[in-house]
Amino acid sequence: MNIDVQKVAMLARIRLTDEEAAELGPQLEQIVGYIDQLSGIGTDNIAPTAHPHDIAMPLRADIVSNGNRREILQQPAPATEAGLYIVPKVIE
Amino acid sequence: MTYATLSELRAQLDSGAQTACSLAEAYLERVQALNAELNAFVHIDADEVLEQAAASDTYRASHGPRPLEGLPIAIKDIFCTQDGPTQCCSNILKGYRAPYDAHVITRLKEAGAVLFGKTNMDEFAMGSSNETSAFGPCRNPWDTTRIPGGSSGGSACAVAAGMAPAALGTDTGGSIRQPAALCGITGLKPTYGRVSRRGIIAFASSLDQAGPMTRSVEDTALLASVMCGHDSADATSVADAPEVDWLGACAARDMKGLKIGRPREYFIDGMDAGVLQAVEEAIETCRELGAEVIDVSLPHTPAAVAAYYVIAPSEASANLSRYDGVRFGHRCEAPEDLLDMYTRTRDEGFGAEVKRRILTGSFALSSGYYDAYYLKAQKVRTLIRQDFLQAFAQVDVLLTPTSPVTAFHIGEKTDDPLTMYLADVFTIALNLAGLPGLSQPCGFADGLPVGLQWIAPAWQEDRILAAASAYEAATDWLSQTPATGGN
Repeated sequence: MNIDVQKVAMLARIRLTDEEAAELGPQLEQIVGYIDQLSGIGTDNIAPTAHPHDIAMPLRADIVSNGNRREILQQPAPATEAGLYIVPKVIE
Repeated sequence: MTYATLSELRAQLDSGAQTACSLAEAYLERVQALNAELNAFVHIDADEVLEQAAASDTYRASHGPRPLEGLPIAIKDIFCTQDGPTQCCSNILKGYRAPYDAHVITRLKEAGAVLFGKTNMDEFAMGSSNETSAFGPCRNPWDTTRIPGGSSGGSACAVAAGMAPAALGTDTGGSIRQPAALCGITGLKPTYGRVSRRGIIAFASSLDQAGPMTRSVEDTALLASVMCGHDSADATSVADAPEVDWLGACAARDMKGLKIGRPREYFIDGMDAGVLQAVEEAIETCRELGAEVIDVSLPHTPAAVAAYYVIAPSEASANLSRYDGVRFGHRCEAPEDLLDMYTRTRDEGFGAEVKRRILTGSFALSSGYYDAYYLKAQKVRTLIRQDFLQAFAQVDVLLTPTSPVTAFHIGEKTDDPLTMYLADVFTIALNLAGLPGLSQPCGFADGLPVGLQWIAPAWQEDRILAAASAYEAATDWLSQTPATGGN
């Protein structure tokens, strides 16, 4: 299969240099070639696995239980101001 | 002394022959002597370790011992710890300090354990050789030109080389069992849902499970008894999981009448002859101990690696989208705009194997391919689960080699990612099925350790522990130690 590795990389929001693309592109095609063997396995009337033990995710009451930890949780951020995360300008 | 089991160390602490401080000093000295060569630890702060040990000695004096009182436990760099860095051996998390402890870490602290440094691993646990670590490869103490296995390679190496009596690992496709096998120690991947995943950096959420890596089966049971248990803050932690008498299961050391299944798909062409021989001899030992060995078939096994390399990368591509340079971790210098910040940050921060997996996952989930890959793989996963259910209708446990090969040379498989993926051919299926599995040493091939893998139905870890402890008592692999660093 021919895969446009730069298109996939943009979906994943990873810049690839031309060098990286030249290496990763053929590897991705090789991996996809290998997983393509799945198409030969009969799965008619087989339900996909959603959970290894067929258990539904539990729900809990919608109540704040761990308080406001914004300051601690924002400590590892590269840039914050007034409790907000700072990123490059998005809207002109 | 540093090759003692947790049970032996516990007895020495209880008798007063050792203190938590003297133990910590002995293991720190061992790390000091060996880590430059083996690179098992990527971070260890001696002052922090000794401070915890002193606090443990004080606690013991006034309250008596808790289950892991004063025992040093090495921690894979994937577990968030409030003290010291948590970097998942990735450049994108270099210098990251977690704002909270993983649930498992909290349980260890409450049991009196001394957290003993952070161990090397494949970046984001993606690898089978520890070679994708941003901190350089870890080496196998049995032959330092070889890999220790992965992704929990540092944890396996640390225990095998007597740098720590026990360690925590995580297992998404074999990352506890394969390095345990290749380093000649014991490691357990519990049933999916037994151990809280909160605070363990996510790789593939429907597969990841943490577990113990130790010298003996009883030590694995002891550590598992502390690690396992429901956590209401993790939706994948199962609330009404059937309980197991962890230590009681190891007491009888008996497998009379046990029905062991020998799945024919796990004894294949291309395996090392020495691995095959060691495992066949182990099966013979089990027969002599009174077990009945029955040939069974898990017909969809050959598809497991392909299904895994759709499901795990798909989940990884979603989980790793959080590393965007906004909330934590690396951010590229002087981004032109938001898109430039995302794409350059992620290019600079992730290593080649992590990129390969994110790209594979992004491709499998992309518009037009979802049904052919992700949905198809989840259907094949159902077939793999059904295989195990049918086998367990006939037998109590399954017995297989953990890895088709012994530890390979550093650099031997790095040029061909697909060959590396096939190293996990015997460990992957049970992650897909959510089942528990344990690897324990069963001999050597050309001087390198061989691992034996036990698989049980969901929630039946006690069956594995009973059988594995009986096998361990009948053999003397536990007393074998590598020559590295002397004995």
